[in-house]
Amino acid sequence: MELILFNGFNGLIIGAFYVLMALGLSLILNLSGVINFAHGGFLAIGGYLAYTISPYVGFWAALVIAPALTACLGIAIERTMIRRLYGRDPLYSLLLTFGLAFIFEDMTRAIWGAQGLPFSPPSFLNQPISLDYFFVTYYRLFMMAVVGIIVLGLFLFLRYTRLGVRIRAGTLDLETVSALGVNVRALRTMNFGIGIFLAGLAGVLAGGNLSLEPTMGANVLMPSFVAIIVGGVGSLPGTLFGGLLIGVASGLTTVWFPSASEAVIYIIMAVVLLVRPRGLMGEEGIMS
Amino acid sequence: MKRASPPLAWLAFVWFMLLAAPLWLPYIGGYTALGSRVLVLGLAAMSLNFLLGFTGVLSFGHAAYFGLGAYGAGLTLKLLAPSTPLAILLGVALGTAAGAILGALIARRRGVYFAMVTIAFGQVFYFIAFRWNTLTGGDDGLRGFSRQPIDLGFFRVDILNNLNAFYYFVLFCFAVAVAIMGFLLRSPLGRTLIAIRENERRARFLGIPVDQHIWLSFVISCAFVSMAGSLYALLNNFADPKSLHYTQSGDFVIMAVMGGMRSFWGPLLGAAVFVVLQDYLSSVTTNWQSLIGLMFIVVVLFFPRGFLGFVQRRIQS
Repeated sequence: MELILFNGFNGLIIGAFYVLMALGLSLILNLSGVINFAHGGFLAIGGYLAYTISPYVGFWAALVIAPALTACLGIAIERTMIRRLYGRDPLYSLLLTFGLAFIFEDMTRAIWGAQGLPFSPPSFLNQPISLDYFFVTYYRLFMMAVVGIIVLGLFLFLRYTRLGVRIRAGTLDLETVSALGVNVRALRTMNFGIGIFLAGLAGVLAGGNLSLEPTMGANVLMPSFVAIIVGGVGSLPGTLFGGLLIGVASGLTTVWFPSASEAVIYIIMAVVLLVRPRGLMGEEGIMS
Repeated sequence: MKRASPPLAWLAFVWFMLLAAPLWLPYIGGYTALGSRVLVLGLAAMSLNFLLGFTGVLSFGHAAYFGLGAYGAGLTLKLLAPSTPLAILLGVALGTAAGAILGALIARRRGVYFAMVTIAFGQVFYFIAFRWNTLTGGDDGLRGFSRQPIDLGFFRVDILNNLNAFYYFVLFCFAVAVAIMGFLLRSPLGRTLIAIRENERRARFLGIPVDQHIWLSFVISCAFVSMAGSLYALLNNFADPKSLHYTQSGDFVIMAVMGGMRSFWGPLLGAAVFVVLQDYLSSVTTNWQSLIGLMFIVVVLFFPRGFLGFVQRRIQS
């Protein structure tokens, strides 16, 4: 029982990372039709930036500043490269971000080293809440809370602000939104920046949970894809649900059959595609 | 959109260069094994291009079937029988069977969605190879097998120790595969696939069962890419889990795009450039990965039609 709780909780934490990654990926995919392969690279950069600046500004400020800096990098790349590929075959943006992912990983390794770096949150957060449940540290609860607040904030933002409504409208019919006088270029750039901010934030949180490694982002990238597909392409609530589902499923599989903990998420995906090809919450006809 | 096939002189030139490669490679600083590598990866890129360039469907998970071919061949040699042809046969069978089953799940998706699903499914096999230590050797890869001399009854070809003989063996397999692909593309099936690429909706209105054709094209493509995979295992006497990873799929796609995905021979050119560049860069700098990444970006931004497409445009204008 203890083991099940332990691994289920681990899975929930990992699922929360998948959610942050996958929501960012989904935002970009839905509005711009770009599968951002470099998303994992941005995650790693967010974590490493926090590592570098936290001695000067402290953990709490780094938690905000590092993702913001990452988002700026993302916006710069969107403006100089990815923007040129909108409206072309998705093949090209895929290959471009694929190349970027190579560069990010290699540069992270060149700047910060291939060895894992420790990145510790304030020490009071590292205490377990009780001795019976040693694996539930305050930091992990804090992470869950941050992810929860961010996700809630994102949904409220998309629901109630002008920019959010435009992003949602653009997902459905970009041409009409453009015809109504919205600056679509700026909208896509903002949207890209938000997605990258989420990746950077996931990087900072992940760095505090485990340690920083150049490949840390690439490892979460595939499960995030799976989360999007399972939840249904085009549906953000689906992505949220999909991320948590595969995180917990993979955590629980560790209890009984550890070597299948990675493969299980793909099995879930295969079953979902068989039974419900558009994903659990996907809408009929979108990108199928 | 009809384009004349390349003049016979060009075709003769390509085959002549391939046949004479062991003779001229040393003079430009290459070696025979590098030539074999180009052929094997070129075959993989051309197989992918059967789907990408001639059916218009983006698969980003072809490394899985490539790797299945490699592991299938390696395991056959290690556990079943010391026979090179049997190894290739079973490698191809394994890759094709996996492609046929997963293809049925994938074939109805389109565009970005198709790409994502192929990538994600491809990773399953990576994790199986990575985790199933007792069978696959896990992270260390599959070792303990080597390609076997080919017995033609009256004559024995020692492809194990004679690298030139192995090069010609690879070239023979390559020629057979390429001939079949070329034949298929000229057949009514190939024409139908190109029709789907050009305008899927119109093809559907003409009564073409589009999903079935995409599935078939996927399976054919998987068969050839797993053949390339089995040759790759024979080339290295080793099968690596990295050959199943999605970064390998990305390498295949960039080879096809860089060479020119609308031309039959483009991916071979792309593979040659990629392999030589990687071989050279990794010997001069530790940051070669960044340079390969930069190459992706340069190709996408400046040569989206690939080298052959670029040259063709220049000639036309």
